[in-house]
Amino acid sequence: MNANNGHGMTLAEKVLARSAGVDRVVPGEIIEGNVDLAMMHEQGAQTVGPFHQMGAEKVWDPERVVIAIDHWVPASTEGAAVLHRILRKFAAETNLPHFYDVGRHGICHQILAENGWVVPGDLAVGTDSHTNMLGAMGAVAAGIGPTEMAAVLALGRLWLKVPPTIQVRVQGTFGRGVTAKDLVLRILGDIKTTGATYKAVEFSGPTIEALSMPERFTICNMTTEMGAKCGMVAPDEKTYEYLAKIAKHPMHPLRQDADAQYERVIDIDVDGMPPMVACPYSPDNVRPLPDVVAEHIKVDQVFLGSCTNARIEDLREGAALMKGHQVANGVRFIVSPASTKIYDQCLKEGIIQTFTDAGAVFTNSSCSACFGGNMGILAPEEVCASSSNRNFPGRMGAKEARIYLMSPAATVAAAIRGEIADHREYL
Amino acid sequence: MKDIIEGRVWTLGRDVDTDGIISGKYLTIIDPEELKKHVFEIALPEFAKEARPGDILVADVNFGSGSSREHAPQAMKAIGVGAVVADSFARIFFRNAINLGLPTVEARGVRAIFEQGDTARIEMRAGRITNLRTGATVTFPPLPPHLLSLLEAGGLVEKVRAELEARKASVPAAP
Repeated sequence: MNANNGHGMTLAEKVLARSAGVDRVVPGEIIEGNVDLAMMHEQGAQTVGPFHQMGAEKVWDPERVVIAIDHWVPASTEGAAVLHRILRKFAAETNLPHFYDVGRHGICHQILAENGWVVPGDLAVGTDSHTNMLGAMGAVAAGIGPTEMAAVLALGRLWLKVPPTIQVRVQGTFGRGVTAKDLVLRILGDIKTTGATYKAVEFSGPTIEALSMPERFTICNMTTEMGAKCGMVAPDEKTYEYLAKIAKHPMHPLRQDADAQYERVIDIDVDGMPPMVACPYSPDNVRPLPDVVAEHIKVDQVFLGSCTNARIEDLREGAALMKGHQVANGVRFIVSPASTKIYDQCLKEGIIQTFTDAGAVFTNSSCSACFGGNMGILAPEEVCASSSNRNFPGRMGAKEARIYLMSPAATVAAAIRGEIADHREYL
Repeated sequence: MKDIIEGRVWTLGRDVDTDGIISGKYLTIIDPEELKKHVFEIALPEFAKEARPGDILVADVNFGSGSSREHAPQAMKAIGVGAVVADSFARIFFRNAINLGLPTVEARGVRAIFEQGDTARIEMRAGRITNLRTGATVTFPPLPPHLLSLLEAGGLVEKVRAELEARKASVPAAP
């Protein structure tokens, strides 16, 4: 309950009030938020110019800055090599110690998560749109551009308009083979890619409480596709356990008030919900997997990777399905772990062997095929089944290529069958 | 920032995403002059060749959705786009454009009053857009003062530079 007139605050409002050093904020209000963590990937190379043009001489707090290169690792073009070099030079000149360079690398959001860089109550910003993923820690985590990042590095703060919050309350139990990815695709299908534009999405309810941290990462990750400023889950025992040994700075375990005011409340029951697929050419073009399977859509490439779904749990699940099967003739199956740490785990657990025995390509950690600028590029007319997050025209290469988004297990089924398939047949 | 912006209109549909503006394969390009050759390659292929400085983009809802890539507004700025107008914007694109000093106007219903090649007149402070061919107008809430001041300063770089200089000036020199 809140002593101040009327209602309490949502989780996003609580965190933003803390970041601004005030007791209370209301949607629509513009605040100056103090940043707890700033993250840059290759796009940070474009931060360096504006940083110097601003006349900034030092970074506000080098202990609060992480650089994690991930789109082209190791550099696959001369242009990418130049971006990496700009970042290395900048890190050396401004004394930024937390640079996850080639060999210690991973997808920037996974690097933040697995190293405890974002903790409950934080305001975190990153130069990648999927920074929303870290909202699963009970933080406000949002993507910003590189010029804005230059201002953050110089001043340690940025302006934010307090967003209205959409609460998504989820109940019920996932059926066999149904995952957090299917839930977030289902929500996208309901509210569409503009459903949460400028807004905060707060997930709650018994189903969310039962999710593991990696599953919460997947859900918060794709609030970006809803247009959201941030997607969040209030911290609980799972959050604290995940962060117990790795948290890099003190936690501020804030939770929403029982009488918080939401712009909209969406109730979802996952009992009986089938696996979902987002069809070309939008992440909100969502249909039940069995309906898509019935159309016998042949695939040329399958991608199990990205910040959305390439954690050890995803790859274990995929490997368990893959075992005893082969990748279908004429299909290229690319598996890319979300971090080098996960790569090492896969190595130790025999997961790499399982995939390569089946005829898959198991790559070093990177954003890989997800963004169409490094590897796994699609030719015109080609079709890809993918565990990633976007399927707009041209996302993975040719603008005519067709991308279907689904859970990690469903990608493995597509690789085995050579067409979009229902993984539950293999469970 | 000019208070009145006039220019030839290019129309776009809804949900124009950042892959449609600058696709992933060009993200290692830093030079805006090189970048501008590829702007809208997927969403509006003739634009890069035929656009003239001062042209105005008029889009439907959710313009600039997708990635955080600043390459998108940067390429538009390099080509000399006078303003970007849309029924609504995706949030990172909106921030990036304002930060670069590219006038960005959110006006509900604006796409419906324009056709390709029309001339638009935008009154930034009054909050009004007029189609000079048809006379149709749409009003919009003007940008809040802190965003107008950002555009007036020429973008975020200029604004932060002024703040850092003021900070330095207020610190007495060491004896």
